[in-house]
Amino acid sequence: MTDAPLAYLDHAATTPMWPEAIDVMTSELARLGNASSLHASGRAARRVVEESRELVAERLGARPSEVVFCSGGTEANNLAIKGLYWARRAQDPSRRRVVFSSIEHHALLDPVTWLAKHEDAEIAMTPVDRSGRVVVEALRAEVEADPSAVAAITTMWANNEMGTIQPIDEVVRIAREHDVPVHSDAVQAAGYVPLDFAASELDAMTVTAHKLGGPVGVGALVIRRELDPVALLHGGGQERDIRSGTIGVALIASFATALDLTVERQAASTARIEALRTRLVEGIRRIVPDAIVNGDPTAGPTHRLPNIAHVTFPGCEGDAMLMLLDAQGVECSTGSACAAGVPQPSHVLLAMGYDEVAARGSLRFSLGHTSTEDDVDRLLAVLPTVHERALRAGVR
Amino acid sequence: MRIVAAMSGGVDSAVAAARAVDAGHDVTGIHLALSRNPRSYRSGARGCCSIEDSNDARRAADALGIPFYVWDMSEEFADTVVDDFVAEYTAGRTPNPCLRCNEKIKFAAVLERALALGFDAVATGHYARLVEGPGGVEMHRSADHGKDQSYVLGVLTQEQLRHSLFPLGDTTKDVVRAEAEQRGLQVARKPDSHDICFIADGDNAGWLAEKLGPRPGAIVDESGAVVGEHDGAYAFTVGQRRGLRLGVPAPDGKPRFVLDIEPVSGTVTVGPRASLAVDALHCVRPLWCAAPPVAGEYTVQLRAHGAEHRAVVRADGDRVEVELLDPADGIAPGQACVVYDGTRVVGSATIDRTSRLARS
Repeated sequence: MTDAPLAYLDHAATTPMWPEAIDVMTSELARLGNASSLHASGRAARRVVEESRELVAERLGARPSEVVFCSGGTEANNLAIKGLYWARRAQDPSRRRVVFSSIEHHALLDPVTWLAKHEDAEIAMTPVDRSGRVVVEALRAEVEADPSAVAAITTMWANNEMGTIQPIDEVVRIAREHDVPVHSDAVQAAGYVPLDFAASELDAMTVTAHKLGGPVGVGALVIRRELDPVALLHGGGQERDIRSGTIGVALIASFATALDLTVERQAASTARIEALRTRLVEGIRRIVPDAIVNGDPTAGPTHRLPNIAHVTFPGCEGDAMLMLLDAQGVECSTGSACAAGVPQPSHVLLAMGYDEVAARGSLRFSLGHTSTEDDVDRLLAVLPTVHERALRAGVR
Repeated sequence: MRIVAAMSGGVDSAVAAARAVDAGHDVTGIHLALSRNPRSYRSGARGCCSIEDSNDARRAADALGIPFYVWDMSEEFADTVVDDFVAEYTAGRTPNPCLRCNEKIKFAAVLERALALGFDAVATGHYARLVEGPGGVEMHRSADHGKDQSYVLGVLTQEQLRHSLFPLGDTTKDVVRAEAEQRGLQVARKPDSHDICFIADGDNAGWLAEKLGPRPGAIVDESGAVVGEHDGAYAFTVGQRRGLRLGVPAPDGKPRFVLDIEPVSGTVTVGPRASLAVDALHCVRPLWCAAPPVAGEYTVQLRAHGAEHRAVVRADGDRVEVELLDPADGIAPGQACVVYDGTRVVGSATIDRTSRLARS
């Protein structure tokens, strides 16, 4: 075991499990029974799953039958976009267009590009503005270019790098006008803004447990009952025949507990986390006056998540700063994807109109339920030396 | 000291990093991503750029309990090593990309970045010895003569040497492997890398053909008579015998060798072994480990793992004239001439042209 970091500022990657969620998980792991078995043990396990489903549904403003448990965000996104594409195209072969935003997570971008490469899908990517928000009129134009050919629309609820919250209401309105199914990846939003699936009028929504204090390996696609996406995994037909695989009772119970606690404490924690973010951003600006805080500067559930600060340090490389901070026990992220451990310039910043140098010179600091002022102050204490060295190493 | 250990994923760099840790240094493991296409797995793990190698390096760092990161040097590598390799072959010369990589990447781009970020030195698994001498840091041949890699390090300057660490210089390969085994490093039995790391299958000519396309030309003998054709002069190197596919046999029936490559017309000249022998090397771009050598007798090495030749070396600014005391065969322009004083590396220069001295 390595020592705990002195300051963990990467909650958007994963956030510590709530102790209550760990307790539920460990006690459920000791339980005997396959939730699909018909005997008493099976029924008891199934009862835990269904109670968890009810709790998850309640906390997300959905009906229990709309909650399809799966392995997490990647699977839920794949199921939503591939499943809906295949189902819609089967109904009408001319429906081949997938409308999505340029700042989606790879767990959404890559299935879409896979569909284009292997399943004859046509890509309709919508641009974002400088704050990382989808340009609604551009999305409308993409849809209205040929509405009957649109298989599905998807736009994430909040961006995982910037924290910018997307205009989901307006995206849904466009989808409704043209009677096209609409999905949203709400993986990053779920822990930090109130979600109400019914009120959102979305057709499908992705959530995952480990971003809100639950375990890695479980999530859900919340999807209206009248939609029937084609399955990715075929087998025992568990989970509405959409998703097969032995039901992970302990994971699901722990997920439900974590979501329940998160939503219950959200109002209070949002204010606390927003205050920490302000402390962090102001501190960085004091030390590095030319640092640029990216995304939407305004706080609030239609603007930006309270917990993410995405900062460009001109003249520095993000991965050099990450390494130097890591050596001081401060853990953060460059915010972008890695290929074989090599950080790639963030496609999100590039989509926002930044150049590649700026895109490589950025760090994402993300706070969470365990964050304290000490975490922020630890970062601010080591930042002057780290920044000076990274500046000296420069940009290659 | 704060040390960056360059970890290729092989056994040598893993043990070098381990020894740096044992010596009490604060070590950070760095794997250099040099390939532009790191996603590809490669069977055999002979190179140094596959994902498998990166994972092996990471696992070695785990075993040593040191932090580990991947530095993306693929752009620098493509621009300064791969492009240069292609350009040199196009110009009819035979480059050694490992020297180039050491000069421009490992002990330049990587070292500079490390120093700027607050490190003191870069440690690698090269087989060469560094000792403190009267004129500064001296580099000597490895204790393991079979594995000695001082040739490919002959491009390092005093400033680079002062920030380098070669923890394996006093050891033989057998000992390194045994030590890796004893330390529980999974790479203990990993095969050595060979060839050029960016040419996966070792087929240089095929790789160049893919890059450059067909560039047909004539193969002529020393009299200028056409004796064959080829698809690209870049497939040849001076001294080469195999793969000439000559249509016209030699008058004496003996094997013929590539004597010269003329890049503009693509003409390849062949002739008998006797015509390969040269004893004067006209070299450019000298890089000295410390002070330039005073004119006199030294030994020179002309290719990796090549023989030592006794030679008189005269350095004059940007040019170095080397007179071999015994003629050598198959010396190609583009190769590095590394100068030794006993076991000590004096420095290197690039062979620009060879000739035969008129001797009595």
